[in-house]
Amino acid sequence: MLESLKGRFRMPLFVFILCVLLLFNAFPVNAGDPGGAETLSKNPGAPSDFVWVLISGFLVMFMQAGFAFLEAGFSRAKNVANVMMKNLMDFSVGSLAFFAVGFAIMMGSDWNGLMGTDGWFLAMQSYDVTTILIWFFMLVFAATAATICSGAIAERPKFSTYLIYSVVVTAIIYPIYGHWLWGGGWLGNSEFMRSLGGGYGALDFAGSGVVHGIGGYVALAACILLGPRIGKYDENGRPRVIQGHSLAFAVIGVFILWFGWFGFNPGSTLSAHELRISIIAANTNLSASAGAVTSMFITWMRNGKPDVAMTVNGAVGGLVAITAPCAWVAPWSAVLIGVVAGFIAVYGYWWLEKRGVDDVVGAIPVHGFNGTWGIIALGLLADGTYGVYTTSSPLVTGLLYGNLGFFIVQVVSAVVNFAWAFIMGFVLFYVLKKTVGLRVSREEELLGLDITEHATISYPDFTYAESSRGVVIRKGRRSG
Amino acid sequence: MRKIEAIIRPEKFECVKSALEEMGIIGMTVTDVRGRGRQRGTRIQFRGREMEIDLLHKVKIEIVVEEEAVDSVVNAVLENARTGEIGDGKIFIMQVEDVIRVRTGERGRTVL
Repeated sequence: MLESLKGRFRMPLFVFILCVLLLFNAFPVNAGDPGGAETLSKNPGAPSDFVWVLISGFLVMFMQAGFAFLEAGFSRAKNVANVMMKNLMDFSVGSLAFFAVGFAIMMGSDWNGLMGTDGWFLAMQSYDVTTILIWFFMLVFAATAATICSGAIAERPKFSTYLIYSVVVTAIIYPIYGHWLWGGGWLGNSEFMRSLGGGYGALDFAGSGVVHGIGGYVALAACILLGPRIGKYDENGRPRVIQGHSLAFAVIGVFILWFGWFGFNPGSTLSAHELRISIIAANTNLSASAGAVTSMFITWMRNGKPDVAMTVNGAVGGLVAITAPCAWVAPWSAVLIGVVAGFIAVYGYWWLEKRGVDDVVGAIPVHGFNGTWGIIALGLLADGTYGVYTTSSPLVTGLLYGNLGFFIVQVVSAVVNFAWAFIMGFVLFYVLKKTVGLRVSREEELLGLDITEHATISYPDFTYAESSRGVVIRKGRRSG
Repeated sequence: MRKIEAIIRPEKFECVKSALEEMGIIGMTVTDVRGRGRQRGTRIQFRGREMEIDLLHKVKIEIVVEEEAVDSVVNAVLENARTGEIGDGKIFIMQVEDVIRVRTGERGRTVL
């Protein structure tokens, strides 16, 4: 049925979209300040802010390359083109969806604290240098949230289904929760939350919850509904190792992510006039380092050698966890946050794997669990040296500095974050499963998605080796 | 002694290996190979141009066993590597003159 629908409505749909776009552009008098002259005359300091936000946004966009490398490295050679294509397309499709719908829902004029209502297609009042500056920065974040799921569900979903998922996440699931935190919605701005928090509601500086929590918990729902890859578990349900094809790719991916994060976190001041950016950058770096060192030592002590693939996850876990508190905590707190993040990334992965959740890159513990930890850590460790994206009061303080109310607000925010992402993700993937189907056939999965989904081969001059899959050795039974 | 050379689908290798292991056959040499037979090639595209690749990926297993074990090994491979579609592979059986263990220089059946 879907096939016939597609054929019959393709042209009319295209014409309709074109008409809508033309209609919006027929009223240039309603535009904001598309030239920028007015903005500049009102605020002579604007150029430095613009350049700061844009360059940060460019860095965040480059994180897509980091995700692509990381996910491809952890996948088998027969699926590399598919993984790369998913990363390329969730950014492209997501850009269009966030342009048409997502941005309006996230940052438009607030309706009952639930969602935004204007700014569709960046037309009329939104055709404005400042609004579109914010759009661009918000877009690269939305695309980051979308791309997280790709790695968790690598090597088995249908490509077409993944495209639909990308649209829904960037157009609806991400923007609505984003609005609650950053767009003037109820978590951040309602009277109740503000009075409970001590002058400010729920906070999430650059998106431990908004970006990574949403991505991670949607991925959890997806993994549960999709099921593990063929061969991931033996007949007795014990997990087996399916090695990724390139650790070099994975490590390069993490370096790119780490680098991109210096746009992600410091750029979220949205202003170069906030000198706190130096501390934000340092905190970001310290947490990532602590996460990497922690996970390295966990595997070193457990298995006798430091494990490369797990250290990679620890670093990203540290980055995710510091994303919410980066502007409000002291450097020593950043180290502590990273250490905990390293534990969460490693033990979270093993915990999920034992329960039948086949998360190829470890996205759920790294982005989901550590996203939650980031929100909570902010409620604990905020030290009252910086305000709400500004140096003026109210300054943000956490439980450790006497603000129990704000800690409760953050806990509520973390619970809502999980519930929203997991439930919406579950509904989305359940509907997709019942309609277009989630998963390729068994034969297609065995042959590899490069051939079956894209009719291509990533490494044409090599023979693909299906590395033999060893059962995970339990401690104490190594000689067998 | 006979050498059994089985060329099978790569995705079937794991279950063939574990079936052989259950029979007590541990030693084997495995090679990733490419080849062609009756199975048609795969149609692929690169930058929008279509082409056909007629060398397909298979796994070659080489096992040397005593004569009495040949049938059971062949059956294990047949049972576990077969899908019924064209492209399941072939099994070749050859006479082996002698076997020598490199470490000690021993010869003959006991080396297996």
